[in-house]
Amino acid sequence: MAYSEKVIDHYSNPRNIGTLDKSKNNVGTGLVGAPECGDVMRLQIEVDDATGTITDAKFKTFGCGSAIASSSLATEWLKGKSIDDALKIDNMDIVEELALPPVKIHCSVLAEDAIKAAINDYRTKNNLEPIAAH
Amino acid sequence: MLKLPIYLDNNATTPVDPRVLQEMLPFFTEVFGNAASRNHPFGWKAEEGVDYAREQVAMVIGASEKEIIFTSGATESNNLAIKGVFEMYSEKGNHIITLTTEHKAVLDTCKHLEKHGAEVTYLEVGSDGLLNLEDLEAAMKPTTILVSVMFANNEIGVIQPIKEIAAIAHKHGALLHTDATQAVGKVNTDVNEFGIDLLSFTAHKMYGPKGIGALYVRRKNPRVKVTAQMDGGGHERGMRSGTLNVPGIVGFGKACELARLEMDQDAARLSKMRDRLDNSLLELEESYLNGNKENRLPHCTNISFKYVEGEGLMMGVKDIAVSSGSACTSASLEPSYVLKALGLDDELAHSSLRFGLSRFTTEEEIDFAINQTKEAVTKLREMSPLWEMFKEGIDLKTIEWAEH
Repeated sequence: MAYSEKVIDHYSNPRNIGTLDKSKNNVGTGLVGAPECGDVMRLQIEVDDATGTITDAKFKTFGCGSAIASSSLATEWLKGKSIDDALKIDNMDIVEELALPPVKIHCSVLAEDAIKAAINDYRTKNNLEPIAAH
Repeated sequence: MLKLPIYLDNNATTPVDPRVLQEMLPFFTEVFGNAASRNHPFGWKAEEGVDYAREQVAMVIGASEKEIIFTSGATESNNLAIKGVFEMYSEKGNHIITLTTEHKAVLDTCKHLEKHGAEVTYLEVGSDGLLNLEDLEAAMKPTTILVSVMFANNEIGVIQPIKEIAAIAHKHGALLHTDATQAVGKVNTDVNEFGIDLLSFTAHKMYGPKGIGALYVRRKNPRVKVTAQMDGGGHERGMRSGTLNVPGIVGFGKACELARLEMDQDAARLSKMRDRLDNSLLELEESYLNGNKENRLPHCTNISFKYVEGEGLMMGVKDIAVSSGSACTSASLEPSYVLKALGLDDELAHSSLRFGLSRFTTEEEIDFAINQTKEAVTKLREMSPLWEMFKEGIDLKTIEWAEH
C-alpha cells in the first residue's frame, strides 16, 4: 500500500515528539489504544490557565505510519488553539488532510480520542466536568 | 554499487534464476506443442522437455520420476494430497493430524474436510515452533489416515523432525504428508531418508517460475494413491487433469537441478550471512529471535523488536523489502497466527520482521539491511510511549488499556 506524501512527511519528520511534565496541573495527558491492537498514542497538551489556550502539545505513538502521522498532525493543529476549538477537531479532518485510505481511518479516530482524553485529563485536574466521550 | 530497494522477502517468492529462464524460453515459441499430442513432432518435443524436467524435479527430493505429479503450485499440491488421501482412504478412517502453525493451504483444506466428515486434530507446537513427538504419539488413533506436518515453516523457518514424525505415523498405519514448499532445494528433503509418503513443493520459492509445483506421491513401500481433485483428460496418470504447463515444468526442472547441485554451497554462504544479520540485530535491546535457533532454514530469520510496531517499522526500513507479522499488513487485521502459536504476546507478534535471503543476496546488502533496521528501530522507540514506559520501569501489563 502506498502512503500519501503527507503521511511520509510526518513519519519522516514527526512534529512535537516528546513528553510534558504530567504532574503539572496545566498539562493534560491522553493515552489511548492498546499494545495488542498495534496502536498506542500518548498526546499531551499544556494550557495557559488565564486564556484557555493550548501553548504546547507533544506526542509519542506506537503504531503504523498513519498512526504516527495522525498524532503528529494533531499536535501541530492543537498548538495555539483554544480548548473549545481543539474539541472541534474531527477525525475526518485528519483523514482528509493526510489522505488516509479507509483501512487507516481508525488511526484518525484514535488521534481524535487522544485529543479528547488529553483535554478531559486537563479538565479533571482543574475540577471541571469532563466532556462526553467520543 | 548497491541497488535499492533490496529484496529480502525470499520466503514469499524468489526471482527466477537467469539460467532457468534460458531453459524456458524456447518452450514458449519454438517448442510450443501440447505434451499430450502423441501424433506429431511438436507434441513429442514438448513431451521430451517434460520428461527430462520430471527427472530433474524427482532427483532433488530423491524420488523416481514416476512419483511426480505436476500441479499449479504448492497450494494445489496440498489440496490434492490431503483431500485426495481423505477420499481414497475413507474406508480406513477419517482422522487427520496436522499443526496449528501450518500454512493456510493445509489448515483451510483440513477445515473444508471437517465439513465433509473428517475429524482433524490440530496439534500445538512448543515456544520454539517444534512439534513435541509425544503429543503426536498421543494423538494417533486407529482411524488416523494422514499426518500432515510442514517440513519448514514459512514464517520462522523452523524445521520439524520429519523422520521421527513419519516413523510415528507409519507405526500407526497412517501416511505422512509434508508441505516442503520452503525446504526443497534449501535443505536435504530426501523422501526415502525421511520416510515421506507425499510431499508438496513449488518452483517459485527456489528460483523457478510461478504457477508450477508438484506433488510427490510414493509408489513403493507403500504404494500411495490419491483421488483426483481435477477431472478431465486424465493427465498425470489420472491424478491431475489439465494441459501441462510445459515452459513452467521445464523451468521447474532446471531450478531443481541447480538447487541440487548448489544447495550445499548456497546454504553455507547464506547461513553465515543470516547469522551475521541475526547477531547484529539481536544486539539491540529487547529484540528476540522467533523460533528454534538450531533447527531452521539456513536463509531466513524472524525477529521481534519489542515496543515498536511492525508496519511502522516496515515504513522505516523503506529500502529493504521484508515482511512483518503485524496485523496491519494482513487482510485479517490479526497478528500472525504462527507467532501467536509460539505463545508470543500480540504486541511481540506485531513487532516482528521476517528476513529471507537468496542465492543473489550480497554481503553489502546485509550490511545495509542491518544499518537501516537498527536506525529505524531506534528512531521508532524514541517516539514510542511504550518504550518510554518500559524505560521508566512501568509494567505495561498493569495499565488498563482502552481497547478499540
